[in-house]
Amino acid sequence: MHLVSPTNKRKLDIIVVGSGLAGAAAAATLGELGYNVKCFCFQDSPRRAHSIAAQGGINAAKNYRNDGDSVYRLFYDTIKGGDYRAREGNVYRLAEVSVQIIDQCVAQGVPFAREYGGLLDTRSFGGTQVSRTFYARGQTGQQVLLGAYSALSRQINTGAVKMYNRHEMLDVVTIDGKARGIIARNVESGEIERHGGHAVVLATGGYGNVFFLSTNAMGSNVTAAWKAYRKGALFGNPCFTQIHPTCIPVSGHFQSKLTLMSESLRNDGRVWVPKKKEDCGKNPLDIPEQDRDYYLERRYPAFGNLVPRDVASRAAKVVCDEGRGVGKSGYAVYLDFADAIKRLGENVIRERYGNLFDMYERITAENPYKAPMRIYPAVHYTMGGLWVDYELSTNVPGLYALGEANFSDHGANRLGASALMQGLADGYFVLPVTIGEYLSHEIRSGKIDTNQAAFAEAEKSVRDTLNQFINIKGNKTVDEFHLALGKIMWEKCGMSRNAKGLAEAQSEIRALREEFYKNVFVPGSTDEFNPELEKAGRVADFLELGELMVIDALNRNESCGGHFREEYQMADGEALRQDEYQYVSAWQYNGMNKAPTLHKEELIFENLEVKTRNYAEWVKTSSPVLVLGMGLLVIKS
Amino acid sequence: MKLTLKIWRQKNRQAAGKFETYSLDNVTEDMSFLEMMDILNLQLLHDKRDAVAFDHDCREGICGMCSMYINGRAHGPENATTTCQLHMRSFKDGDTIVIEPWRAAAFPIIKDLVVDRSAFDRIVQAGGYVSVSTGSAVDANAIPIDKTTADKAMDAAECIGCGACVASCKNSSAMLFLSAKVSHFALLPQGQAERKRRVLDMMRTHDEAGFGSCTNTGACEAECPKSISISNIARLNREYLLAALSNDTM
Repeated sequence: MHLVSPTNKRKLDIIVVGSGLAGAAAAATLGELGYNVKCFCFQDSPRRAHSIAAQGGINAAKNYRNDGDSVYRLFYDTIKGGDYRAREGNVYRLAEVSVQIIDQCVAQGVPFAREYGGLLDTRSFGGTQVSRTFYARGQTGQQVLLGAYSALSRQINTGAVKMYNRHEMLDVVTIDGKARGIIARNVESGEIERHGGHAVVLATGGYGNVFFLSTNAMGSNVTAAWKAYRKGALFGNPCFTQIHPTCIPVSGHFQSKLTLMSESLRNDGRVWVPKKKEDCGKNPLDIPEQDRDYYLERRYPAFGNLVPRDVASRAAKVVCDEGRGVGKSGYAVYLDFADAIKRLGENVIRERYGNLFDMYERITAENPYKAPMRIYPAVHYTMGGLWVDYELSTNVPGLYALGEANFSDHGANRLGASALMQGLADGYFVLPVTIGEYLSHEIRSGKIDTNQAAFAEAEKSVRDTLNQFINIKGNKTVDEFHLALGKIMWEKCGMSRNAKGLAEAQSEIRALREEFYKNVFVPGSTDEFNPELEKAGRVADFLELGELMVIDALNRNESCGGHFREEYQMADGEALRQDEYQYVSAWQYNGMNKAPTLHKEELIFENLEVKTRNYAEWVKTSSPVLVLGMGLLVIKS
Repeated sequence: MKLTLKIWRQKNRQAAGKFETYSLDNVTEDMSFLEMMDILNLQLLHDKRDAVAFDHDCREGICGMCSMYINGRAHGPENATTTCQLHMRSFKDGDTIVIEPWRAAAFPIIKDLVVDRSAFDRIVQAGGYVSVSTGSAVDANAIPIDKTTADKAMDAAECIGCGACVASCKNSSAMLFLSAKVSHFALLPQGQAERKRRVLDMMRTHDEAGFGSCTNTGACEAECPKSISISNIARLNREYLLAALSNDTM
């Protein structure tokens, strides 16, 4: 791998879009290395990025507990948790750098939880049998993001990074096949700006908001990734969506978003529903022990309440579909802390989860110390994203994707506390090194001139699209279209999917998209602060992405991880994988309303045996001597 | 329930603003305050009027983006609650609710209820960090920190940077925000090397941004959605005094 010398780094400009864990970490580290960095976020400050809402923790193979953890074990758990749909090389590297991430965060002053001896505390998370999750109360995402934000702020202060708050990227500019800059809109003034760079790094998060209701922030969107896709970058595994098992259930049609209750609660909370349907309306405290079905402990004795998220979510759906769900809607299960409070005392539980219990009470007006919480699965994370190689480069030279915006490490299901790990791994330790290889060939390129035709064309297309939204002057709001799209996606491309429903969803999405361009209403003008206009652009992209997700789900005739096709299940309802789908589906854009082209990257497991995931029994894991290459990156059409 | 809303409307930074009155029906007590605002905006858009602009993002009480001054209190009537976590069960049928943006010279209004809080970023840029470049850290457990100290640092680090402290302060002081950041680092061993410079640089930036001084009224602590303690301001004063009197660079 080539390096770029310090004197040459000064001549190179890098654009980083997004300021969450991956984006802030990358921008800060690239600034430290001596590159000229421009960093963009649509919020009023880089500290607002939705990484901040992650609660439970961050995994690292430190093995401080001496409980049998190792880099290999984290690698194994992640590949298995992802149902053998992730690339070995990337995941192994992730497990390796996980150790350095904790060191870096602590050095920055991130106040992780500690034991009385002064050393770091850890806890357990789903899909693992070790305790490797570092945490800062229920605000781990906030604390590690503020760590990255502080590193970024330091680089802004030195002048290495120029920060553009309240700016939204609306297109990637490519010249001779290379990414050379972006078009961004200053959302306060409405000004359209051209920014040139020798490389463009997208760290713009996931697209769970395609479902309208999700645990994502209101502003989380797919726009940056989608513009890249339209400019030739491949989109990997778009249908792989994570439905998180422990969220506060929907309470009404006005609901704007869903709130997650950290998975860490499953360490001490027991999940159950009544055995008999007729008990569902009763006060849970009046239902005796023998009439309760602790269905996760019953079905998965080895992992119990700590099965991976996809397994826990589907199990909740099964009992609710059987008519044994609780709450007003019948779509909720109990998460009960009575045993833990009896065993450990209310104070210990308050210490561990106090802020989560308070949040629950604030939203539902019920006290979870006295009665069990009610929870139900909700869209939380998207494993799919822009296809990247081992160097986190998309197939467009000079265009990189990090964090949730890429598809790389979690296969078909992400384990809890691994999103923070991946975002920071990509941002601090992977991209700043791998991007040098590409940039070493750019040292003679000189400043990127934004007066080139490609910039003018991209700017014009952005302006035309914005004007189009304003000029439609229809009768439905952007949110009404978004809500309609979300309903289609949740019902037909959600926790379980089938060929018939997916085919219907595709035509319904197309019809909705057509209606959007005829009947959406966006007030005001393009040259002012106009939140409805911003939303219109995002929803327009979701209306295209939704169709691609459906196409991908329809193509993947198997069940794996979060992708559950009803036609492919075992007798006991578990996901049934099909060997011929042991590939990454990487889709190439061919134009709106045209079928995209599927490229397949075969997944080759050289170091792990591909097995049926089994969380009901204990499986011995041996740690062989690893022969790990860079992963096989050949794309086969 | 049925509500009357008096909301500050202002087209942009330069324009004069004024209160507009709206009535809203069919609000239920399970709605969050921002969902009530969504419904108002839906109604306005159906009438082909411009929606009320307000900052919001995570709606989980952690991003610090939401910022409404409701019935004379930052983030509304409930203690230790952000606007997005406030629910309509805190109001009664027939209520009139007055909604204003944060009011402070250092937070200029951008539009309606949206203000410019970039001064907070500038304060952090002036020194709210430990200067440790990626890759240069020692093993995490090589820095033991006693639990009580770590917990205190975490108490301070919980600040979400929303600006309610400034909006609630009669002097528009950002001392609670500033002191939370200074305390977080002053308490930890990692923060010692830059301890003096940090507090001087951050304090200077705070003053330059136009925030006022602290007169210990305690309004900031009472209105902080994360219950950041005013004792951090005492620590800030001590840190500042110590640094100002002994800093080698002075």
